[in-house]
Amino acid sequence: MAGITLTDIRLILNGTAILDGLSLAIPPGGITALVGPNGAGKSATLRVIDGLLVPTSGGLRVPGGARRAFVFQKPALIRGSAAANVALGLAPLKRPRAERVERTHAALARVGLAHRAGDPATRFSGGEQQRLALARAWAARPDLLLLDEPTANLDPGATELVEALIAEMAAEGTKVVLVSHNLAQVARLAADVIVLARGRAVEHGPTRPTLMSPRTPEARAYFDGELPWSSLAAAS
Amino acid sequence: MTETLHETFARLTTLDRDVVAIAWLSLRVSLSAVAIGLLLGIPLGAFLAVARFRGRPAIVGLLNAFMGLPPVIVGLVLYLVLSRSGPFGPLGLLFTPGAMVAAQAILATPLVAALTRQVIADADDHLGEQLRSLGLSAPRRAMVLIYDTRFSLVTAALAAFGRAISEIGAVLVVGGNIDGHTRTMTTAISLETQKGDLSLALALGIVLIALVITVNAVAAVLRGHAARAYG
Repeated sequence: MAGITLTDIRLILNGTAILDGLSLAIPPGGITALVGPNGAGKSATLRVIDGLLVPTSGGLRVPGGARRAFVFQKPALIRGSAAANVALGLAPLKRPRAERVERTHAALARVGLAHRAGDPATRFSGGEQQRLALARAWAARPDLLLLDEPTANLDPGATELVEALIAEMAAEGTKVVLVSHNLAQVARLAADVIVLARGRAVEHGPTRPTLMSPRTPEARAYFDGELPWSSLAAAS
Repeated sequence: MTETLHETFARLTTLDRDVVAIAWLSLRVSLSAVAIGLLLGIPLGAFLAVARFRGRPAIVGLLNAFMGLPPVIVGLVLYLVLSRSGPFGPLGLLFTPGAMVAAQAILATPLVAALTRQVIADADDHLGEQLRSLGLSAPRRAMVLIYDTRFSLVTAALAAFGRAISEIGAVLVVGGNIDGHTRTMTTAISLETQKGDLSLALALGIVLIALVITVNAVAAVLRGHAARAYG
């Protein structure tokens, strides 16, 4: 899949500019992280890319025909079996029933939940629910996977499982855009990182150099708050 | 008084034919009306919850107001429509159980639709963005949300049943309270009380309350089982 380009995007909701001249180029392949303080416009950026929010002005280029999937911080599951939830992701593809059943099973097996296909999804633990949401996203074999703080509500064990799945899906060729406040997670997963502040992209570079030595004051201020070692280093 | 209670008890224990026939007709009419109300009201409510178009708030407001539609007015309008000179006169429905079903369905539909819209709108707040992101069309999203809220929608069905089985104004006007043909529990209770046959009125009253409690209890048990299975 070719890259995604956003040019001078403005998004005004209820009189407030959520995105204010956002321009960025997300490279094809791998995992790109979007970081920044609350209210910087990270979630809104993901929604604009997915088409859930229509920008007030500006240009958006997502490769034509790219299949997109979105996984939210809080998995939105229907009151039905795990299999029914995954099948929902395949419904718009209009494939024969046998293929949908097979792909549902494959997606559940992919996230280690095949043995619980018939169990009610609402009874799953937080980690299992998020793996189920990933299975639903993956079932349609998306070209682009948008993740909005997918592990924010999970314990370390569940986080590790979900991170492993995200890394595998990216390795198989799905472009992943990840919003996360967990900078250690960003360092583990992402090849490049984009820092947002006040509705704009202020910095974009390879993950480690950007996290360790940000060039802009906005990125520095954010990392100083989020990364304890940088403030410790500054104090010493 | 003691004698009335004694007769009431006798009618109930011997399964008095009049009581059974009247109760059976009431149940048939009201359940049919609720079935029609659900078939029309659930899709309408779901559509209003999911769709965005000009004039939607006005329609929702009207629907909410129609929850309190006076039964006797519904009866009167339906009477005019079904009377021999009315547009549906040739159907010959006036003073038949069919007319009573129609009248109660008109009362049940807005109630089901308004309650469904509220339940589905709440579910849409939680699931809507995900369903849109999956690329589901608006009708498909509505169907998924109906499926998701199926246990809550039982409450809408119960409310509609309660409204239908307990109303008197509409069935009296379009049914005519004809003995053995269109006499329901509510119209019979009213008539028998005026005639002084309090034992029949009381027996029917007890059956009516028992029916309402039974239907609600069965629904609560089924809903509890289903909700335990699917949360």
